[in-house]
Amino acid sequence: MKNLNRYGYYFIAPFWIIFLVFSIYPVALTFYYSFTNYTGSGEAQIVGLANYKRLLTDTYFVEAFFNTWKIWGVNFALQIGLALILAMIFSDMRLKLKGIAFFRSIFYLPNLITISSVALLFGILLDWQHGSLNMMLLKLGVISDPINWLNEPTSAQLSVSLILTWMWFGHSFIVVMAGVSGISKDYYEAALIDGANRWQTFTKITIPLLKPILLYIMITSLIGGLQLFDLPMLLTDGIGSPDGSLNTMVLYLYNQAFKYNNYGYAAAVAYGLFVITLIFSAFIFKGMYGKERKQPRQV
Amino acid sequence: MAIVCFIPFLMMLVNATRSNEAILSGFTLIPGSSLVENYQTMMSYINIWAGFKNSLIISVLVTLLSGYFSALTAYGFAFYIFKGKNAMFIFMLVMMMVPGQLGLIGFYELSKNLGILDTYIPLIVPAVASPFVVFFLRQYITTTLHPSLIEAARIDGASEFKIFHTIAIPIMMPAIATMSIFTFIGSWNNYILPLVVLFSPEKFTLPVLMGFLKGSQVAQNLGSMYLGIAISVVPIMVAFLFLSKYIVNSISAGSIKE
Repeated sequence: MKNLNRYGYYFIAPFWIIFLVFSIYPVALTFYYSFTNYTGSGEAQIVGLANYKRLLTDTYFVEAFFNTWKIWGVNFALQIGLALILAMIFSDMRLKLKGIAFFRSIFYLPNLITISSVALLFGILLDWQHGSLNMMLLKLGVISDPINWLNEPTSAQLSVSLILTWMWFGHSFIVVMAGVSGISKDYYEAALIDGANRWQTFTKITIPLLKPILLYIMITSLIGGLQLFDLPMLLTDGIGSPDGSLNTMVLYLYNQAFKYNNYGYAAAVAYGLFVITLIFSAFIFKGMYGKERKQPRQV
Repeated sequence: MAIVCFIPFLMMLVNATRSNEAILSGFTLIPGSSLVENYQTMMSYINIWAGFKNSLIISVLVTLLSGYFSALTAYGFAFYIFKGKNAMFIFMLVMMMVPGQLGLIGFYELSKNLGILDTYIPLIVPAVASPFVVFFLRQYITTTLHPSLIEAARIDGASEFKIFHTIAIPIMMPAIATMSIFTFIGSWNNYILPLVVLFSPEKFTLPVLMGFLKGSQVAQNLGSMYLGIAISVVPIMVAFLFLSKYIVNSISAGSIKE
């Protein structure tokens, strides 16, 4: 029988041609630009490590780094907290809640909407003069003067965090529930017989067994969070105001490249972002799994 | 919680039917009567349905390309033995970890040099190479398709591509459908790439068009703004009502590997 393995190459060829041209080559080209002073037109001159030196001392980039981190941190804490509380309620054997499929859909809905629509919607809902939120709060007598949500650094960052939480807690909830349904019912029955209360059941059984899932959510959320761009871009018309508090790393990258034509420097920003993502992902992995290895194995 | 999820949508729908003056003067949950007026104002500035059409064309093509070629690649990786196979597979997995922004500038330059800026080519063609989908499908097909089935088809005289189309594709279909939902949502919501490569307003995808809406004159008429947002959101909500079961299942399938 003739050898058919050459078909393997035929089957994977389209993938590799497109992959090399549209994925590998751009990444390599960006790497090359990060060592040049390329401005989008004319010749690119090699400037060595100048862009990376600038990156390390760039206060705007450092600020953008901390902004991104703050926005993501608050959002993640709220998002995972909500997802876990909801999962605890829905998985409770004593409550036996119905309609989980319905709630999963409702919670997930905000995640499906195009993020620019979300940004626009909240942009006008949060508007301080005509926004519905202020008007509602005024009517209910919660506040006496309209609050300018997006004009003060802390409230602007908090607003973005809350919008992100609104968008993402449903997704986390679904993933957590999928994990919970994979835990054997025997554990919970045993806990019930032993007289454990809800909180004990949750912290001693659910959380430890969900660790891989929580790690997965954390890593994917972190990678997404460090790339935060659309919301701040659209809420602030691309400038990241007030006081640069909504200037995220990718927004900074975008502005450097496509607004100020500093392609070379923007390329260095991109690689800086990549290294930061790698470092933090590694930290999370180590934090979650490193401790386990130090514990003596039980026989 | 369900109410919190819905309030912003509710405000949007109510305000979409109210006139600018009514919105400026206060907040209410009673719908107004300016729906038609708002619609005409909005349409005089932007054609939102064109954005819809553009987004739909791109997302459907991206989903089809990614589904078919990923299946092809996954099959190639799973059932043939050739030189450099493992190295290529590992390299692909490593590249999977690289964030999208890393190649953005190079991608823009490449598109500029190829003369495909302001076309849909840079938005559609790269879908042929979707490492994550390939990875997922390969894992799926190695567990579901037994090599003896392929052997039997070969003995019956079927060509390699015929085997792929008539045996492998149908078996892979559930996994392809799962990944297609992801691909479609991802493409539909993609904002930064169309923003960078498209310049002509009539070619804008829905997300870019929504951003454009904010900077335009129409932003002063809040009723029309709300209506524009509502139009971009409601069809998705309706589609989701029918498909929510599959979407929710595919999220679980993508994250939990057992």
